[in-house]
Amino acid sequence: MAKQSNEPVLWALFSAGGVAAAFVIPVYLLLFGVAFPLGWISGPPYDHLVSLFRLPLVRLGLFAVCFLALFHWAHRFRYTLYDGLQIKHLNELIFFCCYGGAVFGTVLAGYLLWNFK
Amino acid sequence: MSETKRTTAYTEYHPRWYRKDVSTWWWLGRWPYLKFILREISSVFVAWSVVVLLLQLRSLSRGPQAYADFEKWLRNPLILLLNLITLFFVVFHAVTWFNLAPSAMVVRFRGKRVPAFLIMSANYAAWAAISLVVVWFLVRS
Repeated sequence: MAKQSNEPVLWALFSAGGVAAAFVIPVYLLLFGVAFPLGWISGPPYDHLVSLFRLPLVRLGLFAVCFLALFHWAHRFRYTLYDGLQIKHLNELIFFCCYGGAVFGTVLAGYLLWNFK
Repeated sequence: MSETKRTTAYTEYHPRWYRKDVSTWWWLGRWPYLKFILREISSVFVAWSVVVLLLQLRSLSRGPQAYADFEKWLRNPLILLLNLITLFFVVFHAVTWFNLAPSAMVVRFRGKRVPAFLIMSANYAAWAAISLVVVWFLVRS
């Protein structure tokens, strides 16, 4: 008998992360990565951002985005290395690095958001 | 995966399958292949965006001076260039994701399948709405 696979769970995280990333990351990057640094629009002052990030709902949402987007990356990048570059002999190492990285980032996000002020 | 391993192994009854070696660079040959790999690579830029967000969170919790340093870091030409490339890739991810949405989710209404363009436009509308809300919260002065 084939043993139970954890692939469906990982795929579900990949899928949910794809949705989360598609909806919120482009606008985040457009503002903080391009528009504010280039001075097209003036960015929010420090106090405004801090009070915004203090809202529990905002922090919960940000945590969900970080968690899901990182697992989205882990899954997709793993298969890019497998199929795209055909690095199949390093399966275990790639698996460990991708999901390990995602878990590390998620824990970091949880720590930062939980202890935010 | 173990299935494949078993069938490719040589047995007395079944010879080793003939499989041509595929070049590591197979995806450079044709535009659709390249597009596929670029789409997959977009995940790296999604992860980078999360890294930027985490750095921002850290600097915010460390006080106004740390946040000013973070803003200065964002104006560094190299980081700015990287973020421009990142913006291109995350938009590419979003567009390819929404275009595939009708194939991924089959929605039925009164026993009939909701047409693909409706699902797609619903996704694009939600994208626009969410983006506007984020802009409204961050840009209002």
